[in-house]
Amino acid sequence: MDMKVNKKLGLKDRYNRMTRDLNWTPSYQSLKDIYPYLEYEGIKIHDWDKFEDPFRMTMDAYWKYQGEKERKLYAILDAFAQNNGHLGVTDARYINTLKLFLTGVSPLEYMSHKGFAMLGRQFQGAGPRVACQMQSLDEIRHAQTQIHAMSNYNKYYNGFQDWQHMHHRVWYLSVPKSFFEDAVTSGPFEYILSISFAFEYVLTNLLFVPFISGAAYNGDMGAMAFGFSAQSDESRHMTLGLEVIKFVLEQDPDNLPIVQKWIDKWFWRGYRVLTLVAMMMDYMLPKRVMSWKEAWEIYAEENGGALFRDLARYGVKVPLGWEQACKEKDHLSHMAWNVFYNYGAAAPFHTWAPSEEDMKWLSAKYPDSFDKYYRPLWEHYASEQKEGRRFYNKTLPMLCQVCQVPMFFTEPDDPTKIAYRESDYQGMKYHFCSDGCKHIFDNEPEKFKQSWLPVHQIYQGNCFPEDVDPTKPDFDPLMEVLRYYKMEFGRDNLDYADSQDKKNFDTWRAQATTN
Amino acid sequence: MTQVPNVFIALQRNEETRPIVDAILADNPGALLDEQPAMVKINVPGRLVVRRSTIEQEIGRDFDLQELHVNLITLTGHIDESDDEFVLSWVH
Repeated sequence: MDMKVNKKLGLKDRYNRMTRDLNWTPSYQSLKDIYPYLEYEGIKIHDWDKFEDPFRMTMDAYWKYQGEKERKLYAILDAFAQNNGHLGVTDARYINTLKLFLTGVSPLEYMSHKGFAMLGRQFQGAGPRVACQMQSLDEIRHAQTQIHAMSNYNKYYNGFQDWQHMHHRVWYLSVPKSFFEDAVTSGPFEYILSISFAFEYVLTNLLFVPFISGAAYNGDMGAMAFGFSAQSDESRHMTLGLEVIKFVLEQDPDNLPIVQKWIDKWFWRGYRVLTLVAMMMDYMLPKRVMSWKEAWEIYAEENGGALFRDLARYGVKVPLGWEQACKEKDHLSHMAWNVFYNYGAAAPFHTWAPSEEDMKWLSAKYPDSFDKYYRPLWEHYASEQKEGRRFYNKTLPMLCQVCQVPMFFTEPDDPTKIAYRESDYQGMKYHFCSDGCKHIFDNEPEKFKQSWLPVHQIYQGNCFPEDVDPTKPDFDPLMEVLRYYKMEFGRDNLDYADSQDKKNFDTWRAQATTN
Repeated sequence: MTQVPNVFIALQRNEETRPIVDAILADNPGALLDEQPAMVKINVPGRLVVRRSTIEQEIGRDFDLQELHVNLITLTGHIDESDDEFVLSWVH
């Protein structure tokens, strides 16, 4: 008798077998008890089976392809380490982008892992639950590969040593940290919309695509490997975000106003976090692939614009603040790098004024803003520095209560005027950098009045090491704050021109071409 | 600006993706190739198809479309994936 060979299952069948066919209907516990967080945000879901992951990735395929990605990634990392890859980068200034990346972004991957692990448990539908489980695994992989990739630089360069400690304390790191803390303390639907849709679909291309392509352009194959490997998962995450939003909107018309409120909130919050990326692209990469403005035009205006035109069929509007963000593309990176240049004594990486050649590039990329508003500033700093008066700001900036970025953003239609907004709540005054952040506060004052703002905490005396004695005659509060951050003054901070990193890099480079 | 918004797919630039990129360019007559350091981005107005059979012709072996995940960087548009085609579109 002939053997009967069953035809291999097609993708769609296999996906169904491996996701919702693994689901079961509980018999002795109520659904409410099993999934307790599904109702309190007001989102109405009538049929979870309507959700389908278009990638139709199943766990067996997931392990196979992720395993392959890891092998490729570690092959590149090993080759990079074996070949002293850290000396092949354009210039040690570049390394400072990695210091920012490790402290600013990698801890977010871990927080994202925790958030998606929660969703992988709390979503009632098997489709999104499986997709969230995969995403949770992806995110912990990203944290691991990033930390691993950057450990190679930690052997040679300063500032990487206490990134986890710094993440919870250093002033500008409260910006990305508070973004994720806001997200993971939301309900499950707000969480997935904030991360998978607003951040990953609308915004992460701006971080992981042109910036990581820029890392490769600067000779950093390590960052290229972890960045592109992470972003390849990101395309699944973005798809999950888009599918969840379509699914939620199709389930019930009552969901639209709730979803729109979250789109408005999370677009603006995510956009503010990307301020750091704008300056990384324009000022911190010695060789630049494209400007922040160009990246914004491609990935936000063109791509995001197409997305929102598509979602208009559900009644979704372009997020509040979109227009302002488009206006800010001419200014964002310049304003941000100015603030870091000002506070270059208080950040565990080096800053510098752009060279004449850098400024030529910036003029060409920003014909409407650079020469008029920012070149004079950098020329002034450069001449001061030449006279031995490198400017370091010794006062602390006011922070926005919501995004926690220092309030340096200007009015959308007047780049010479700092934007200030405020709200009164329970007898207290709260300050914001923009209409977007004020709007977010006014919707959830109970949440945002609790923000841990580094500047407030410093002034309240909460950011000193335990052994500090403020009555000592030589007590210097700012130096004590740096000690609390575990930053070594004069080594991890200050201008790149006088740094140990630069000195070492130049010496090692010279050795590389001689005996 | 085009009437139909672009969809795009971006892949790492390496030996594994060369035949995939060639297949996408062959199957999408309006495709524009944008080469960036270490990556390629392919923009197509409205709809982009990645066809398994074309990739198989290019590389001379069986190809599972999910192998795309190994070198995929990013994409946009709605996805419709089957065993034979991986489609991105802004079309309903």
